[in-house]
Amino acid sequence: MAEIRRLPHRLEWRIGEVLETRHATPRTKSLLLDVPGWEGHKAGQHVDVRLTAEDGYQAQRSYSIASAPEEKSVELVVERLDDGEVSPYLTDELRTGDKLELRGPIGGWFAWEARDGGPLFLVAGGSGIAPLMAMIRHRAAAGSDAPCRLLYSSRSLEDTIFAGELDHLASSDGSLEVVHTLTRSQPPGWTGYARRIDDEMLAEVAPSNEQGPLTFVCGPTPLVESVATALVGLGHDAGRIKTERFGPTGG
Amino acid sequence: MSEGFISRAFQGRRRQTDDRLPPGQYLVEGFPVLSAGPTPRTPLEEWDFSVGGEVDEPKRWTWDEFRALPSEEITRDIHCVTKWSKLGTRWEGVSVDTLLEGVETAAEHVLAFCDGGYTTNLPLEDVTGGRAWIAYSYDGAPLEPEHGGPARLLVPHLYFWKSAKWVRGLRLLNHDEPGFWESLGYHNYGDPWREQRYWGD
Amino acid sequence: MDEHRLDGNATGGVLGEVFVFETTTAEGACDRCGTVAHVGQQMAYISDIGTVLRCASCDNALIRIVQNPRGYFLDLRGVRYLRFGR
Repeated sequence: MAEIRRLPHRLEWRIGEVLETRHATPRTKSLLLDVPGWEGHKAGQHVDVRLTAEDGYQAQRSYSIASAPEEKSVELVVERLDDGEVSPYLTDELRTGDKLELRGPIGGWFAWEARDGGPLFLVAGGSGIAPLMAMIRHRAAAGSDAPCRLLYSSRSLEDTIFAGELDHLASSDGSLEVVHTLTRSQPPGWTGYARRIDDEMLAEVAPSNEQGPLTFVCGPTPLVESVATALVGLGHDAGRIKTERFGPTGG
Repeated sequence: MSEGFISRAFQGRRRQTDDRLPPGQYLVEGFPVLSAGPTPRTPLEEWDFSVGGEVDEPKRWTWDEFRALPSEEITRDIHCVTKWSKLGTRWEGVSVDTLLEGVETAAEHVLAFCDGGYTTNLPLEDVTGGRAWIAYSYDGAPLEPEHGGPARLLVPHLYFWKSAKWVRGLRLLNHDEPGFWESLGYHNYGDPWREQRYWGD
Repeated sequence: MDEHRLDGNATGGVLGEVFVFETTTAEGACDRCGTVAHVGQQMAYISDIGTVLRCASCDNALIRIVQNPRGYFLDLRGVRYLRFGR
């Protein structure tokens, strides 16, 4: 009989502590959290963060876990939305030592474990890189040689989260390829893609359907929808494409 | 329901309390959109509004016929069960009294039904006597799809989930039939002034 | 494109408060069109008033969840069954 995945208990809200906050890019910040009692997660899962004001008002948002399951602390990536309610608090106000209420890990559906194998095709838009970074980090930590290709759309190089780490991982791992596309501005001498992901780009970058890739797409809703539609149009198996829409503007 | 850990210095969106508001409400600046499903996009040529159920003669209007009916400007406060309110919102619409003119019925209940399957129930007397409209314009412009356009029910004296978006008709009934949210924990009547948000309130 | 819809995976938080089993990988059959799919493959509409999981094929409301001071309210009429397993 199929193994039933049992959670140790129902999901409950619990309190994490901010160990560190790091500027990732001009618009994003990484939060490193210690969550007492954390039982681990699968790469791709997310947490729900809940903020409560003194008058009882609450706001809740979901953030993907960017850290690999092998890491001790939980890393979240927050993109600061100017008209946002939660993100400016997390990027501007939250400091080391602060407590943060969260629930998770959530979402076994949008997750990858090394034993799932590959090839892996990951498509990220902006802060949509977070859950895919967890997969890439987990893949490295687990010593997986499943071929993995990341297509990553960002506004510019300085807006590319984890740029340095991705470069480093790709240069030391022949079976990991990172393809960037910079949609608003490119550094001098840039020879890479310089536009939003479109059918043509996907036809060039995506592994062929014959290779049976597992595809994960994450980012703003318009990007996720157009990429998923395009891949199916190119003949990819819809059943092997998993999507995580962030909403109209992102996380 | 758990109360939540108070986050140091978190305030959230600007929300003001005001003496003119029902208990537990605060004012918001924008016009929040709460979605329970995909936004319907019925073309006006296909749109119609009907009044049926326990009536002597069902009625139906096409969009053009509906827009030819006498309409009025309505300025009212609106209150969402999720606690936001807006004062003095401006609408244009056809009074439900106009739509029920000449309709003979002994029914006491109404079920409003909408594109996408949403429903909400009300006592017939709460949509008559100048208390309800089918609104097609908000703030001087055609009602946007995400706010319920081309037309939504407008019943400002009750919590705003009763002002059903994308309304397509009213079914008059002899019995009360709880609607989409009323059948799942939300108060059957929904008077903001008595804070009737949930079952048992 | 409907900008308010999310992937079914997003319902894992509230469903995880009710069910002991992992829910986003649960499989359900839509009682309107019969399509069998995992919760994670369906469409989620989440707001402060409640959460609605809809069939990605026909938009039928599969599962509705409300969480308020009176408790958790769950309506599963839109699914013929839910199968939890791997």
